[in-house]
Amino acid sequence: MSRAVELLIGTRKGAFILDGEPSRRSWSIRGPFCEGFSIHDVSYDRSDGAILAGGGSPWFGPAVWRSDDLGSTWTHSSAGLTYGDAGPSLTKVWNLTAAAGTVYAGVEPAGLFRSEDGGRTWTHVEGLRAHPSRPEWQAGNGGLICHTIIADPADAAHLWVGISSVGVFETRDGGATWSTRNQGVRADFYPGPAPEFGQCVHKLALAAGGSSTLYQQNHCGVYRSDDAGSTWTEITPGLPSDFGFPIGVHPRDPGTAWVMPLNGADKGRFAPDAKPAVWRTRDRGASWTRLDRGLPPRDGYISVLREAMAVDDLEPAGVYVGTSTGQLYGSADEGETWTVVAENLPPIASVDVAIVER
Amino acid sequence: MAEVLLSRALLALFPGVPRPVAVEATSVRELIEALDRIAPGIADRLTTAGPSIREHINVFVDGDLAGLDTPVQPGSTVHVIPAVSGGA
Repeated sequence: MSRAVELLIGTRKGAFILDGEPSRRSWSIRGPFCEGFSIHDVSYDRSDGAILAGGGSPWFGPAVWRSDDLGSTWTHSSAGLTYGDAGPSLTKVWNLTAAAGTVYAGVEPAGLFRSEDGGRTWTHVEGLRAHPSRPEWQAGNGGLICHTIIADPADAAHLWVGISSVGVFETRDGGATWSTRNQGVRADFYPGPAPEFGQCVHKLALAAGGSSTLYQQNHCGVYRSDDAGSTWTEITPGLPSDFGFPIGVHPRDPGTAWVMPLNGADKGRFAPDAKPAVWRTRDRGASWTRLDRGLPPRDGYISVLREAMAVDDLEPAGVYVGTSTGQLYGSADEGETWTVVAENLPPIASVDVAIVER
Repeated sequence: MAEVLLSRALLALFPGVPRPVAVEATSVRELIEALDRIAPGIADRLTTAGPSIREHINVFVDGDLAGLDTPVQPGSTVHVIPAVSGGA
């Protein structure tokens, strides 16, 4: 047995796995898996070593795929992934998050499901869609999607979710009741002061070492919360744009996070000036550093979607970004330098990374 | 018994199901229930809320496009085929 680094890639045309070593210098590609399905998230469940892939097919609907042998063989299921015969019809799985033996699925139209058997059967967490705001939820450009689920490692009943064009919600009772958590977050597409909900969260991340510091890349800026999401402080200044999709956090340092700004919501949504860069803060968002060594120096009309940034927990941490045009870039030194990991994959929706024994 | 011919894409999702596969059913609804006993999960791939046949799945009974309530006769031939779709 030796330690291996597995990059788990969701694309519009199935899932791929890139096998690497802790040096993170070379990679070999396996796949496609889950063929015929657009895969929005591929996750590793540390509790049992399973790889889980979630997505949907225009013909066959939503599915969660599971592999117990690091991708060699797969099964699929959507048992219980339904809002019932009254609908609405569930179309896609957007996020899979494993925590303490439970797997959560965020789906479209926005809702949350829970599995206690590793994704084989699912139960609707009805409390989220029972929130009084739900009749007013509106779809954003990417759909009405529950795309982020964060489980508090210290409290299995404590979760946050992010829903596009609706905002952040928090539960402390295992999903029975939820509270909006958008105070301090701009919603420039609404007239007047920011509403209680309707903010367009693009991605949330929980900082290392606690249950109170969260980072958020929003449609309208980048934010940090020091009180578990109750209030947010904007940390956009220093970045070239307030618009982007993913946000990654350091596995050990709660003050370090990475974003990949795009040129703007009302522009082309690609790298500013077509010069791609990842930006990193080391001081909780007080300042940002441009990191572009190894990324295309010019003519880089690329974008990175919300699930397509990952950070490993090696020392130093590795950072990975996948583009919507099929390039995968990796850094083994926390973003200082980048190399091409793969350059001809289908459009990439998600990147995750797992350290495993093979 | 009716004779059901699943598309290649469905057989890839449910390997081991023979083509054709014989099932006992008097309607398409019963036919899908019977298929689900042979290939657990296939009903979720073919139907959605309503319940209804998924928008881009076509079921033909003896050559005619069918719905869930369409009768199936002993000896019927039933094709289950994803709708044509273009693009890359």
